[in-house]
Amino acid sequence: MRYTFLLYTDPADLAHMGPEDWAEQQQAYGAYIGALKEAGVFVDTDWLQPVTTATTLTAKDGTQVVQDGPFAETKERLGGYFVIDVPDLDAAMEWAWKSPSAKTSKVEIRASAMEG
Amino acid sequence: MSDAARAAEIAARDSYGRLLAYLAARTRDIGLAEDALSHAFAKALSDWPISGVPDRPDAWLLTVARNAVTDRQRHLTRFHEDTEVPDMPVPEMADALPDKRLALLMVCAHPAIARDLHTPLMLQTVLGVEARVIARLFMVSPAALTKRLGRAKAKVKAAGIPFTLPGPEDLPTRAAAIREAIYGAHGLDWVDPGDGLGDEALYLADLLARLLPEDAEAAGLAALIAFGHARARARVVDGVLVPTDAQDVGLWDEQLQFYADRQLTRAFALGDVGRFQIEAAIQQVHMLRKDTGVTDWNALNQLYHGLIQISPSVGAQVAQAVVTARLHGAAAGLSALAEIERQCGTEVQPLWAARADMLSELDDAVTACVAYDRAIALATEAPVIAFLNAQRAKIIARI
Repeated sequence: MRYTFLLYTDPADLAHMGPEDWAEQQQAYGAYIGALKEAGVFVDTDWLQPVTTATTLTAKDGTQVVQDGPFAETKERLGGYFVIDVPDLDAAMEWAWKSPSAKTSKVEIRASAMEG
Repeated sequence: MSDAARAAEIAARDSYGRLLAYLAARTRDIGLAEDALSHAFAKALSDWPISGVPDRPDAWLLTVARNAVTDRQRHLTRFHEDTEVPDMPVPEMADALPDKRLALLMVCAHPAIARDLHTPLMLQTVLGVEARVIARLFMVSPAALTKRLGRAKAKVKAAGIPFTLPGPEDLPTRAAAIREAIYGAHGLDWVDPGDGLGDEALYLADLLARLLPEDAEAAGLAALIAFGHARARARVVDGVLVPTDAQDVGLWDEQLQFYADRQLTRAFALGDVGRFQIEAAIQQVHMLRKDTGVTDWNALNQLYHGLIQISPSVGAQVAQAVVTARLHGAAAGLSALAEIERQCGTEVQPLWAARADMLSELDDAVTACVAYDRAIALATEAPVIAFLNAQRAKIIARI
């Protein structure tokens, strides 16, 4: 079976972290990824840019609507995810519009924070 | 002001947007580009009075800013020491600097940036208008606006909003967003040009019309804003609004009117009529009074009819009702207003101002007075209120 872990963080907890704390976190996650890889169970992971940089789009009602900001929680719940590698947000949005979920609900786009 | 300081200021006005767009496009980081450029301008102000103004101020500023970018990137890359510093050769001639301002405008009006930030971002990045000035014009707290602009710039970088032009499929909607944002800057100073963004909106509209020469609506917008500006001195006299058909044509700016005429001719030649071109054409008809001595209400009636088809708005409907009153009498105008009120509700300021005027014409002084009271209560701009008060005083004198 494939399982997806969704990691939730309170931005307030991250606000007062210094460079040393981040380095410590990176090491901890590095060790965890290493352990998963060693066990042969690792598929993919990512570390995302802050939620304030999110872009949410939907074409549910037939017209394309783009919103600056994260998905505002309503009755929908997170049901899956895709990881794609494209040059910029315009390319990412183009792919997001094509996804079935954009036509039936909403897609929140967050860039990876793992790349320089 | 010393020559060196003046040279720095001229360089600032002429080059700010061009340099910032270039630096931001290369780094994909507007905040970093802004910091580097303001460092370069500060250095120019301190160096140039001593060492003299360089032969190519733009190239000098770019070199200093580029070095500041490099310094900052080295400093910032804590976790990625091996990250390549972008290569940014100084162009031989400042004129040869690739113009990235259209890409910067595209970023400012990107759909992933909150719509109400499009205009402030453009003013700040393309024109270098300070956040506190923008905050005053938009009547928001400077601290809150600065914070939101900072977040938007951080998003441009973190979310990877590209400094490239969209493909032909997306270009029309993206260009439309830029035009709307420029129109937003124009709307800010409509009544009181003394405080504001008149020149900046015209500058941006002219810039867009040059950057997108095939965009008929960009030319139409430049024409519309220029027609408005041409009448700036005639629009408010002694703090009182003067309606267009009562303005002293001697106060209209001929050069701006000529510029606007030319832009509109160019727009129509592109064969893609839109809202801004029709609005500009309405202004053009009003301003033909300078040559003919009369206002062509029939032409205005047709143009408003077209405008309402393409881009319906209460403002256009009320304006057409006013034209109806001119063509067919105040009673016809009043019944058109009643129909608009039925559709759009009663809290429409221009509707009450128009109604008061029509009632005055029919000598219905008491009802006119009530309408003026409503119009005054709903008005927000001082010259409009002063005009309505004066009209109201005239009608009271007749009771």
